[in-house]
Amino acid sequence: MTPLDVVASELIAARSQMAFTLGFHIILACLGVGLPSLVLIANAIGLRQGDAVALLLARRWSAVMAVTFAVGAVTGTVLSFEMGLLWPVLMGRFGGAFGLPFAIEGIFFFLEAVFIAIYVYGWDRLSPRTHLLSGIPVVIAGIGGTFSVVAANAWMNQPGGYVLGPDGRVAAVRPLEVIFNGATWYEVPHMLLAAYMVTGFLLASVYAVGLRRGQRDRYVRLGFLIPFIVAAGAAPIQVAVGDVAARAIFEDQPAKFAAMELITTTGPHQPVTIGGILVDGVVVGGLQIPELGSLLAAFSPETVITGFDQIPVDQRPPATIVHLAWDTMVGIGTALVVLGLWALVLWRRRRDYATARWFLLAASLAGIGAIVALESGWIVTEVGRQPWVVYLVLRTSDAVTMAGGVRVTFAVVVAVYAVLGLATLLALRTLTRRWAAADAMAGGRDIGGTGASEDVPYGPQHRDDDG
Amino acid sequence: MTAVDLTAIVLWLGLTAYAVFGGADFGGGFWDLVAGGSETGKEPRAHIAEAIGPVWEANHTWLIFDLVILWTAFPEAFQAIMSTLFIPLSLAAFGILLRGAAFAFRPVAETLSGKRAAGAVFAASSVVAPFFLGAAAGAIASGRVVAGDPSPDLIGSWLNPTSVLVGLLAVAVCAYLAAVFLVADARRLERAELARYFLRRATVAALVAGALSLAGIAVVGMDAPVLADELLGDGWPFIVAAGAFGTAALVRLARGSVHGTRVLAVGAVVAVVWGWGVAQYPSILPDTLTLAQAAAPPGSQEALLVVFIVAAVLIAPSLGLLFILDQRSRLETEGLGADAKERGAG
Repeated sequence: MTPLDVVASELIAARSQMAFTLGFHIILACLGVGLPSLVLIANAIGLRQGDAVALLLARRWSAVMAVTFAVGAVTGTVLSFEMGLLWPVLMGRFGGAFGLPFAIEGIFFFLEAVFIAIYVYGWDRLSPRTHLLSGIPVVIAGIGGTFSVVAANAWMNQPGGYVLGPDGRVAAVRPLEVIFNGATWYEVPHMLLAAYMVTGFLLASVYAVGLRRGQRDRYVRLGFLIPFIVAAGAAPIQVAVGDVAARAIFEDQPAKFAAMELITTTGPHQPVTIGGILVDGVVVGGLQIPELGSLLAAFSPETVITGFDQIPVDQRPPATIVHLAWDTMVGIGTALVVLGLWALVLWRRRRDYATARWFLLAASLAGIGAIVALESGWIVTEVGRQPWVVYLVLRTSDAVTMAGGVRVTFAVVVAVYAVLGLATLLALRTLTRRWAAADAMAGGRDIGGTGASEDVPYGPQHRDDDG
Repeated sequence: MTAVDLTAIVLWLGLTAYAVFGGADFGGGFWDLVAGGSETGKEPRAHIAEAIGPVWEANHTWLIFDLVILWTAFPEAFQAIMSTLFIPLSLAAFGILLRGAAFAFRPVAETLSGKRAAGAVFAASSVVAPFFLGAAAGAIASGRVVAGDPSPDLIGSWLNPTSVLVGLLAVAVCAYLAAVFLVADARRLERAELARYFLRRATVAALVAGALSLAGIAVVGMDAPVLADELLGDGWPFIVAAGAFGTAALVRLARGSVHGTRVLAVGAVVAVVWGWGVAQYPSILPDTLTLAQAAAPPGSQEALLVVFIVAAVLIAPSLGLLFILDQRSRLETEGLGADAKERGAG
């Protein structure tokens, strides 16, 4: 290999490693943001209504939260290292500007770690009220953390708030313009809603499987309803936010938009292409809906959309990947809205969702679907920005490390993360099996509260402890 | 005192906190590693896990804090460090990843072999991570990370006498800190046998750390004379203080007393970290980059200071609450799924 080939393969390895570790972490990050809310909802219901089943759910979900937060904390630490290990030039040149939102994120992460520990370990010895209150900072920190990290990503899409000096280095920074950059306002709500959808649909799908197997006691019903209502409520708002975001990208990042919609030739009356790929600059396959592309971009079929013909070859993102990821995200997002409407129809017709087999089948697939949509959206924003790491300012190929070991670390990362992912799933399965065994021994979860009372937090024996 | 100096002080405070809290945490893993077979090591391992459980994530957030400050406040230094020390820092990152994950999985592992595997990974990576972080610190202190170097020495920068010595010292200090904390925990929980167990180990670790420090004076003197001069120049009061704290703690441990040893042990670690900082001030990368040269432009320094003030106002009381609840045994839920285990026994 020539030195140039080495650099090229290092770049591919570095991009793959970043994509792989981020793609892994983003699922855990979503759970870290979404689960605390669901746990607190169950906890609050349990306390308000003296509902032992809701409290049992809250306690068990908080155990899941502890495992996923711990794994997310370390995969997040790895990402902090990778920012420098893989992209030293990016951080060296622009760390002084877009590092700020990360510094703010640090505060939220700290608070989240502290209060999640208090909440998870505080079930038995804190008073029920104090314990519930200790969970609230976790929810707030999750929202704040999402804002900060996504603001940093938004800055890479719409860099601003800095002045370059004559030597090409950042000479001055306007912090508020860095944090509230041109893409923050639509990226942040989009990611936050995604976190609640992923968490809600994933957790609901576990109980949907249980319902399909005929377990229809209150424990399973409540375990399904709380996360499902949250996620299904977020889904339509997400479609609206995503629509606004797409129009902002049409304005701000024409190359990304052209890749999303497979626009080859600049002009009005652009179609929407569903499916299809780009081969040698020509759209192959796919279903075309005439005029809809222009109509969606700015509400008029006369809207001119920039195509690849007006974007220099060395500034085009890989269109097919971005386009298919975009279609996948929009398709699944729409399906998830329909799923929520389906539940609404069942409810209006007074049909028991717990016996609606096709609905439950769809609901049990919704969790995986939401994750696929999440990853697809991430591909759209990240691959769609290529070949830039900082849009129109710094190329990804100029930001990568010259250390020459990334192919090795990437191989190790894939192996370690495969084990990590498997171990996480095994650990969660072990938890659920233990609970199932405990419930079987207690003779069910609903029987007058007598069977489950030992398991239920804040039971009589614990109240005595608190005096 | 400039804004840059203030930022550097905050960076060093974060580093100190990580050395103390993260260090004690890593040290717990070290004692887990050397606790023997699964029967003989059962009680000390359970004691360690109980001590670390509620606080380990908070302890390790200091590392994130430091990385973020470094890349925001001193981006050029961050670039040079991450480019040059690619190998040790990749290994440290892997160590931290495996350690945290294994620690989270161990309590929920189903079989004994699963628990053993998770435990072994946790313990081994608890030694790997501080060694390579220490080696990286040794590389920076001895001037082997050069700003703007287009072809840095990827191996020699961290595989040299000073780096190896600092790496070993880091492991020893972590073990020492952890043992001292574990003795105190054992006394609080009235576990006399475990208190004696960790008291012996704290004494041994103190001796090893002391011996490595003495050896270090000779090694650094030969390998990195500039650093040695700086340490004995501006840094001397800290080096003397570290020696005094360390010796005083050792004397108490040898007499079987733990009173005040936690403060003395922490004091020794703090003195070493600040001795290093004062010695290389005003450089961030000795010989090639000063703090002022590496500093991010105006605007971000001030913004960072605002972030620090908010952080101090929010984080200090939160951390205080966590440690107080922990010390008052208010965070003793069997936690992760153990409710079923209790049921099975009852």
